[in-house]
Amino acid sequence: MSFQLICFYAFAAVTVGAALAVVTLKSPVHAALSLVLTFFSTACLWLLADAEFLAIALVLVYVGAVMVLFLFVVMMLDLDLDPLREGFVRALPFGLLVAVVMLAEMLALIGVRSMDLQAPVDPAAAAGMSNTVWLASALFSEFLLPFEVAALILTVGIIAAIPLTLRHRTGIKAQNPSRQVRVEARDRIRVVKMQAEKPAAANQETSAP
Amino acid sequence: MIQFNPADLVTLRPELFLLGATCSILLIDLFLKAAQRDVTHWLSLLALAATAALVYCGIPAPGQSVPAFNDMFVSDGVAGVLKLFVLLMTGLVFLYGRSYLRDRKLFIGEFYLLLLFATLGMMLLVSAGSLVTVYLGLELLTLSSYALVALNRDSAASSEAAIKYFVLGALASGLLLYGMSMIYGATGTLDLAKIHAVADFSTNSPHRTLLAFGLVFLVVGIAFKLGAAPFHMWLPDVYQGAPTAITVFIGSAPKLAAFGMAYRLLEGGMGGLHGQWTLMLAWLAVLSLAVGNLFAIAQTNLKRMLAYSTISHVGFLLLGFVNGSASGYAAAMFYAISYALMAAVAFGMILLLARAGFEAEEIDDFKGLNQRNPWYAGIMAITMFSLAGVPPLFGFFAKLMVLKAAIDAGQLWLAIVAIVFAIVGLYYYLRVVKVMYFDEPADDAPLALPPDRAFRWSLSLNGLALLALGIAWSPLLEWCNSAFAAVAK
Repeated sequence: MSFQLICFYAFAAVTVGAALAVVTLKSPVHAALSLVLTFFSTACLWLLADAEFLAIALVLVYVGAVMVLFLFVVMMLDLDLDPLREGFVRALPFGLLVAVVMLAEMLALIGVRSMDLQAPVDPAAAAGMSNTVWLASALFSEFLLPFEVAALILTVGIIAAIPLTLRHRTGIKAQNPSRQVRVEARDRIRVVKMQAEKPAAANQETSAP
Repeated sequence: MIQFNPADLVTLRPELFLLGATCSILLIDLFLKAAQRDVTHWLSLLALAATAALVYCGIPAPGQSVPAFNDMFVSDGVAGVLKLFVLLMTGLVFLYGRSYLRDRKLFIGEFYLLLLFATLGMMLLVSAGSLVTVYLGLELLTLSSYALVALNRDSAASSEAAIKYFVLGALASGLLLYGMSMIYGATGTLDLAKIHAVADFSTNSPHRTLLAFGLVFLVVGIAFKLGAAPFHMWLPDVYQGAPTAITVFIGSAPKLAAFGMAYRLLEGGMGGLHGQWTLMLAWLAVLSLAVGNLFAIAQTNLKRMLAYSTISHVGFLLLGFVNGSASGYAAAMFYAISYALMAAVAFGMILLLARAGFEAEEIDDFKGLNQRNPWYAGIMAITMFSLAGVPPLFGFFAKLMVLKAAIDAGQLWLAIVAIVFAIVGLYYYLRVVKVMYFDEPADDAPLALPPDRAFRWSLSLNGLALLALGIAWSPLLEWCNSAFAAVAK
């Protein structure tokens, strides 16, 4: 067993364990932290497969940005998740049984027999360039269409987020920067000339509705 | 290093046009006031019509296919026919949904944009030439659909339906991707045509088990998207919970796209494993027929009943696949088209009866419809008879073709099971007809029809088309047959 294979099994075990922790841990913060660990060990797996760029991107984008945002949201929402988990323990034995049976079947059928599976030739190595260079050129030549469609999917995400979350509330006291800039001295203060003292009768008359 | 062939853009003309039109509508809609939303409505319909014209002009000769973008995209007869009907169904959704959405304050630009993006996703999905394009087209479609179901965010039922749809849809996507990864592992390529050439299921093949596992996950993913039992759990809740104008969409066009996806993946990619997936689909078909028809009997909510009826129709559709021949696929496509047209009228009738603050989604809401409005009662009766498969309506010939395909495949038992369940299904379709013609209406006043003339006309035409296509069904079937000319007989 080579060192690489040992590393693979170790990282794979950590990935699966951390992913299980995401759905089983009580505290949402701990679950989010386990998700960070899942991403991180997946990145390690990708490093083993010589996909350096993807591994770094996963750590930077998901661990660095997305998960931090997630943690903020989880901490701010202060969710009470206990009612959500009531059915979990009841369904757990059956779920575990199904999962174990599936795992056993798959190990028995593919895990053992496909050990000598010949991995497809690494296209980057075949082209004699580094993984990152190959990824960059493949993304904009061979995979141009899927790349653009992925961009469309992100656009749909943005469009969908707006009707689902934006609420127009009336009566909000918001500032209008354009009007603030255009304001002139006479809009801010109006000098009214009036008598210093008014007769009491006249005062009553003007204040009457 | 970077190769780019400008001819690829010509092949992708309809998709590029629709994308450009959608982005223009996105910008134009921003500057419209709520009262001017009709501009978005008509512009969207115009965009669909122009795209349909481009698709029609771009269909290659029967038996030929034009690949583009390194075989990521394939334009052929199958894709052409499916795209035309997908565009037609989306157009009908726009026409049917307008007054309903306006009454519920959902008449917003995002409805049009999300539907147009979903349409684009379906067009890419049915033209996919690679596993990547299949997956991305599917995601573009489903992501838009999740948002559409949740559009009425003040309704708890809609939100619940959207969450269920999202979670189960994500699960199905995961299963599909898992299967794709196994197939990639076994064949070393993502290209469907190359997978077809390489996939080897002979006993001495080293990748036999891996391919079989990948295939199982693919079939599960497809069954989820089609809504075949036992992967149908999301369907009734989503149909019932979604605003009806969106149920019209989910019940019609995506079924055509899911048929296209099944054809691309099963015949286009895994054609060599035909003997393996035939049996899986046969069992899915039997289960869908049983679950769909038996559960539909117990429903009192029309949307829910139609959801279970969808499951049974998916069972019929899958019969066409069992044969694995050109005529079988043509029968399945014919069935998908007929089902989409019938579902559009059935849900359109619910929209017609709905008013502000009132959803006509219970079967009892159709009581005595004949006394209140004989014309639309007649249209609904035609639809119900067609869904049940009564001659000489469209649905009958669609059922006949798939049954013939199953018998041609030597699966006589399957055809018999299907006929038995079709007769069971008659009960709940005819119950709607009985309620409309023989029950006393709760309210004698003539039906208050929505003022939208385009909606009423297109709904009537859609209903009459079921009759017309039932009488003159052969040109459409010929067309479906010629689309599959490239498949070995």
